[in-house]
Amino acid sequence: MANKGWDEFEIGAMLRSFDGVAATEIATTHAEDRKYSPSNSFTASVADWRIEKPIFNKDFCIDCQFCWIYCPDISIISRDKKLIGVDMDHCKGCGICVEVCPTNPKSLLMFPEQAEEEAELANWPAKDEEEK
Amino acid sequence: MAFDKMELKDIEVWDGNHAAAQALRQCQVDVVAAYPITPSTPIVEGYAKFQADNYIEGEYVMVESEHAAMSACIGAAAAGGRVATATSSQGFALMVETLYQSSGMRLPIVLNVVNRALAAPLNVNGDHSDMYLGRDSGWIQLDSYCPQDAYDLNFIAFKVCEDHDVRLPCMVHQDGFMTSHTAQGVHTLTDDEGYGFVGEYKPMNDMLDFDHPVTHGVQTEEDWHFEHKARQHNDLMTKVLPKIQTAFDDFEKLSGRKYNIVEKYDMDDADVAVVCMGTSVETAREVATEMRAKGIKAGVVGIRVIRPFPFFQVQEALKNVKAIATLDRSAPGGTVGMLFNEMAGAMYNLDTRPMISGKIYGLGGRDLTKAHLVDLYTELQANVDAGKITTPLQQFIGVRGPKLSFL
Repeated sequence: MANKGWDEFEIGAMLRSFDGVAATEIATTHAEDRKYSPSNSFTASVADWRIEKPIFNKDFCIDCQFCWIYCPDISIISRDKKLIGVDMDHCKGCGICVEVCPTNPKSLLMFPEQAEEEAELANWPAKDEEEK
Repeated sequence: MAFDKMELKDIEVWDGNHAAAQALRQCQVDVVAAYPITPSTPIVEGYAKFQADNYIEGEYVMVESEHAAMSACIGAAAAGGRVATATSSQGFALMVETLYQSSGMRLPIVLNVVNRALAAPLNVNGDHSDMYLGRDSGWIQLDSYCPQDAYDLNFIAFKVCEDHDVRLPCMVHQDGFMTSHTAQGVHTLTDDEGYGFVGEYKPMNDMLDFDHPVTHGVQTEEDWHFEHKARQHNDLMTKVLPKIQTAFDDFEKLSGRKYNIVEKYDMDDADVAVVCMGTSVETAREVATEMRAKGIKAGVVGIRVIRPFPFFQVQEALKNVKAIATLDRSAPGGTVGMLFNEMAGAMYNLDTRPMISGKIYGLGGRDLTKAHLVDLYTELQANVDAGKITTPLQQFIGVRGPKLSFL
């Protein structure tokens, strides 16, 4: 965003999500299709806040949407009620999605930021047998 | 609208608190969030009663502290409503953090401050400590001298601060108990006149405009913060006083009552002048007239607009005066009083640089008597006759014990 002079911006400690245009169809438009203004946080990556990242394994996911509901940063991407991935520009690695995942084994697990996704998916933990 | 109007007599006997509450009713304030505190309690109590009795279409929000009160006001103002509250003293002090938020967010909230001393020692009576605490907060500050002013200045406050060129919050001050609890005749506006003067609230960047989503209260660091504060200061310094003058002019046309940014009394040919605020202005005017009968050309300058401080209007009012005394009703905490400071700043570069001495008086509601002011004018005349200030620059008036003076 350009560094404007004191007389070149709107008054108030205020930022608009959309410049100029009225956002009339927002509720039915996916985030990636919205015309956000440069000052909207959607356009800023905070990936470097993260030291651990979630990896999603769709083989075990039952699309219960718990992770989508609980994610505090709207970083679980769900389409037609199916989890399709994680928004890695805004995920801060808190691990809440993993915590709430009910499957066995979990469909989301935390790994170090440098971990290779394909390698970790290949070594995914097996089902945890309950003791009887 | 679905609320009842109230029939008022041309002159009602109101104290300053009730006068302010009636003004909030007539302005049809949408939201009052308040945590009542002496001596301002009857203002928000009054609004709540009017609202409960269907004289207002609005919301009274009960909160758990003054910090929460102003925070709720900020939320309501950002959402797009006409918003007001009232407080005093310790409550004002607790509100300070949010005062800077509301001015920085450019939200036109009206805050009635019924001036009261700050503890310790705990004290519920009137002095200007809380008023002075708010003077750097970026708010507009208007000062009432009597219940009539407290009524009228609330209309002025909404009119000025809601202007889209201004969009800064505004305090209306009145002296605790001396104005707030002293009933006097107050000339009223009809409900239609009062509401017509402030007009329907015009929101700006309101959060309830869902087609234009907006984030209020953003964070800025070293790359943006300075520009925002500079913008706010520029608007305070250049836009507010002309808007206040226009509002005063319009209000005079409506009511016949004339307000001025600086209230001059017998200043045309004055040799000596007292500069003060609040109820003291009326006492000083009475004494000035009596001093004239004794041959001392005495005048009074009352500060009506404290922030933005009316530098040029003060210069104009006082440029031909020989000796000035400033009356500060707040413990200056290790320096000169605020009015002395501002007056010295305004007058120092004038060719006719008058002599300025500063008085500290009336702390915790201690009376300022006419005898005090007679002594003061006499002392100022002695300075004029001697051609120099004959006393220390700072003196305390009305305190027990050995005479207290500094500088």
